[in-house]
Amino acid sequence: MSATTTKPRLRPERPAWYEEPGRMAKTVKVVVLAAVVLAVLGPLYTIVLTSISSQATITRAGGLVLIPGEITLAAYQQILSGGVVTRAVLVSVGVTATGTLLSMVVSVLCAYGLSRPGSFAHTPILFTLLITMFFSAGIIPAYLLVSSLGLINTYWALILPSCISVFNIIILRGFFMGIDRGILDSARIDGASEWRTLTQIVLPMSKAVTAVIALFYGVGYWNAFFNAVLYINDSAMNPLQVVLRSYVLQGVSVPGQIDVGDGAAASPALQMAVIVLAMVPILLVYPFVQKHFTKGVMIGAVKG
Amino acid sequence: MTTGTERRDSAPAPTNPDAGTSSRSATPATRPASKNHQASGGGGSVRQRASLKVRFNRDRSLVFMALPAVILLGVFAYLPMLGNMVAFQDYSPYVGIPDSPWVGMENFSRVIADPEFWLAVKNTLVITAFQLVFFFPIPIALAMLLNSLVNPRLRAGIQAVVYLPHFFSWVLVVSVFQQIFGGAGLLNQSLRANGWQAVDVMTNPDTFLFLITSQAIWKDAGWGIIVFLAALSAIDPAQYEAAAVDGAGRWKRMWHVTLPGLRSVIVLLLILRLGDSLTVGFEQMILQRDAVGADASEVLDTFVYYTGVQNGDWSYAAAAGLIKGLVSLALILAANKVAHIFGESGVYSK
Repeated sequence: MSATTTKPRLRPERPAWYEEPGRMAKTVKVVVLAAVVLAVLGPLYTIVLTSISSQATITRAGGLVLIPGEITLAAYQQILSGGVVTRAVLVSVGVTATGTLLSMVVSVLCAYGLSRPGSFAHTPILFTLLITMFFSAGIIPAYLLVSSLGLINTYWALILPSCISVFNIIILRGFFMGIDRGILDSARIDGASEWRTLTQIVLPMSKAVTAVIALFYGVGYWNAFFNAVLYINDSAMNPLQVVLRSYVLQGVSVPGQIDVGDGAAASPALQMAVIVLAMVPILLVYPFVQKHFTKGVMIGAVKG
Repeated sequence: MTTGTERRDSAPAPTNPDAGTSSRSATPATRPASKNHQASGGGGSVRQRASLKVRFNRDRSLVFMALPAVILLGVFAYLPMLGNMVAFQDYSPYVGIPDSPWVGMENFSRVIADPEFWLAVKNTLVITAFQLVFFFPIPIALAMLLNSLVNPRLRAGIQAVVYLPHFFSWVLVVSVFQQIFGGAGLLNQSLRANGWQAVDVMTNPDTFLFLITSQAIWKDAGWGIIVFLAALSAIDPAQYEAAAVDGAGRWKRMWHVTLPGLRSVIVLLLILRLGDSLTVGFEQMILQRDAVGADASEVLDTFVYYTGVQNGDWSYAAAAGLIKGLVSLALILAANKVAHIFGESGVYSK
């Protein structure tokens, strides 16, 4: 033990008692972790690369492109210049933006409202929420309800039934409960109402956790597929996930795929471009929110 | 009784002795809207005991804040629970729930006698059991492996990568698998290029179990480690140090320090998984049903969807769905009970 601790090449983070792994163990670790990372990033790499490759490059590769060749954005120009995919992107963006905003307002308010055990009706309301985590009514009554509310073939059907996640509220509540009571009390002494306390003190202190929860909601709306299959019959209103399914999994031709004239994008590139479009928003937001995961989720999980 | 409520009321008091004074002095000056609330909300609580009225006046903003969520849940979670009454009817959408004839338990006996229903049950349970063995341990192992890395930046980088697929939709995940393993995918493309026979992964019902489990692992195994990493970081390093000083090697430390530290999280997740036994990858199944056929991919949720929404046998499907919901509820309560017997806190305490 003492011999290892005096080794000069030891990194400072390694605690004194923690022996350096042997060469064998180290190799296994590196291989396993590299394989894991490659398994995630490899498929994404080849799909993105194929979506921006020219017809010639794709033909030479025999399908998916692994080695970058001629780069072109023709596929994106084609699917985003109007038509089914463009409309689906707009639908998905609209539903995601509206839905996330609504979900966040309702959830933050509810989580703050429930953040003080012992307040009026605290326990009954909390139980009303929690029971829904243990028993869900099922697909058939949910469909019958949405249909009797007249929401079939409206965008509200994609937002309202999935508007709140009790789990997310519990995470937010756990974080709000962890905020020092002294700060909130002094705000109240200074005459701040609950609404002001929430918007001007609690929320600015909870940026990380609200960002994580907003990401959860946003991703939920963006990725929602079955709601649309169930509640939307008008193909002009389909969100991107449904369109992605029809092009990539059901073999429907992407518009423009059939008449491969001059300058038309290659058909694998078109398919890949639709796949990439479905992941772009997530890839854009993810890096900024990702670093807060441990903080936000952990605290909520421990408290909840 | 009175002492009981007083004690409960006084419990938060030590932390907010000034809250009472502040609301007394601040209410008239800084809450211009409060008069309206008092007119509407205060009237209802007059018949309540004074302490409740005081508490309502003190907390009514909090109650109003929680209200929108409660209303949404009331409409979209509780009303459908009532809607399950169609399971006891011969429901027709043209007549509506009030006028559809009641048939008692007939739908349930039809469901119980239906071999297709039992096929769906069998598939569901086989998938759950298979994933419990081949999926569940992976995040634990991965979390311990990551935790053994001492370089924090490398660790954070790998975490960022493995969490990512969790945020992709099932359509996207299945599409990615289609591009890699499908008939025209990367795998077959390179097999053919080297003169080998192409393999049929995406449409083979016999290997479907492996396929959906790999998809689930690709999507969610990385995300699964987040809870275990949190539990690992909560273990006091002094325990490791003490164990090492006492001569415990890395494997002994893993067995005697790391795994006991993960025990309650593992139990908690096992309970949740068992309670969710009857729910397996609904979207995942629907997406791949055309490719592999219903025999391999029919699970309880898809059974309900196809018999109800697709074939219009509403009451029958609702009965099957209700059976599923009630059995799931029983499962999670039972699993929680078992956890309590073993001295773990479970999902909820008491």
